[in-house]
Amino acid sequence: MPKVKYIEHNGKEHEVDVPAGWSVMEGAVKNLVPGIDADCGGACACATCHVFVDQAWLDKLPKKEDMEVTMLDFAPEVEANSRLSCQIKVTPELDGLVVRMPKSQH
Amino acid sequence: MVGPENGARMTERIVIVGAGQSGCQAVATLRAEGYGGAITMVGDEPFAPYQRPPLSKAYLMGTMERDRLFLKPDAFYADARCEMITGVAATKIERATKTVHLADGRSLPYDKLLLATGSRVRKIKVPGADLPGVFYLRGIEDVDKLRAAFVPDKKLAIVGGGYIGLEVAAVAAKRGMDVTVFEAMNRLMARAVSPQVSDFYHKVHTDAGVKIHLDLTVEAFEGEGRLQSIRAAGKTFAADIALVGIGIVPNDELARAAGLGCEDGIVVDEKSNATGDASIFAAGDCTRHIGREGTALRLECVQNAIDQAKHAALCMVGKPNTYREVPWFWSDQYDLKLQIAGLARPSDHIVVRGNPEARKFAVFHLRDGAVAAVEAVNAAPEYLVGRKLIADGAKIAPERLADTSIPMKSIA
Repeated sequence: MPKVKYIEHNGKEHEVDVPAGWSVMEGAVKNLVPGIDADCGGACACATCHVFVDQAWLDKLPKKEDMEVTMLDFAPEVEANSRLSCQIKVTPELDGLVVRMPKSQH
Repeated sequence: MVGPENGARMTERIVIVGAGQSGCQAVATLRAEGYGGAITMVGDEPFAPYQRPPLSKAYLMGTMERDRLFLKPDAFYADARCEMITGVAATKIERATKTVHLADGRSLPYDKLLLATGSRVRKIKVPGADLPGVFYLRGIEDVDKLRAAFVPDKKLAIVGGGYIGLEVAAVAAKRGMDVTVFEAMNRLMARAVSPQVSDFYHKVHTDAGVKIHLDLTVEAFEGEGRLQSIRAAGKTFAADIALVGIGIVPNDELARAAGLGCEDGIVVDEKSNATGDASIFAAGDCTRHIGREGTALRLECVQNAIDQAKHAALCMVGKPNTYREVPWFWSDQYDLKLQIAGLARPSDHIVVRGNPEARKFAVFHLRDGAVAAVEAVNAAPEYLVGRKLIADGAKIAPERLADTSIPMKSIA
């Protein structure tokens, strides 16, 4: 099963197994990794699952769809490596993915 | 000496009736706020709290497995020291002794009680409504039954052209079913969206091959042993299965029987989310509250379930605050995301931004010049900025809102 490393804003790391096909958001929520709210449950409707993707992995991710681009445009503290974690589907190729959480989702 | 039973009563206990989105959020917020007492959650479904929105979308489609519906893993409840009682209904609240009685004979003493009982489907009351082949959609088990009957080329009749009916219509059309929607009002989603958005979705569904009958009230379900046809306006329409989505009813009976104020929903105080009994709180679909515009209303949405639960949990730990959140909603149909913030009124001044033909537009509702609601189709900036404008009570000139050459970010 692919592993994803989540790093909280305070530096605390969580490495968890996420089944292929799940989203990076689900991997966090279902493993009690704090820092991702995901109020809408993964419908790309709330922008409360914002993460920063480790530079080494940025090019390996599927491209953002329009809805994600525009939702992110309005999230706080957005950087070039920002993604909505509900829109990143975990695949075997993403084994070892590293994401960091922002200070707040609101 | 303190025996186990006395010991249990020496610790404060919060009982949450209802194991849904609200109940789950309340557990999370209570612990995040440092509440150190006992928590017991009781739900009548045989499941831990799960997400309902995907039921009529990805779960019905089969692209999301059951495991993924659950809001939290079991470890969450263990870590939160939340005792879970699922598959058992609460039958009575005894306020004098602060006890909740359960269907299996157990009784739970509480210091504070949160009613997060949610809502149930409104049943259609016409002849033949109990025929096999007539379905409703509210819980996991409803969808498991419905999904088994989702077979390409079968005739699906959808009774009620609201969110649920239309989301199911979209899934069924994609599956290659022959779909007909029967709506009693003169437009789709009439309770939830403006005429502009109704008309847009009418065209989208028609283009996808869905037949839509407006102003048509279903009079009976007919068939020998199982559903074969639907009678409406004196005519007969062949149908293999039917999905009825004509709204929900708040589960306020427990509260009502306990003498708490109910009026199509448990009436809660805007400041504390408490009912008429200061130890009893309520949150989510089951409530009627005073909205930010000062009128009493009942909301049926995830946002209200989450936010009222947070609010009630804060009140329970002694941090009263006034509930003033802007309601928001969404619906996924085909490749379209409809996002709504605020509550529109028919008397609002309407401004359309963008072009419905391009499948990307927003309808703003202005009241006394201020943005009161926004409906956005594939238009996240309009939705997100609109939500903030509503919260701020911002006044924006209609011609600015309509001008797509001004980005939403610089509209205010």
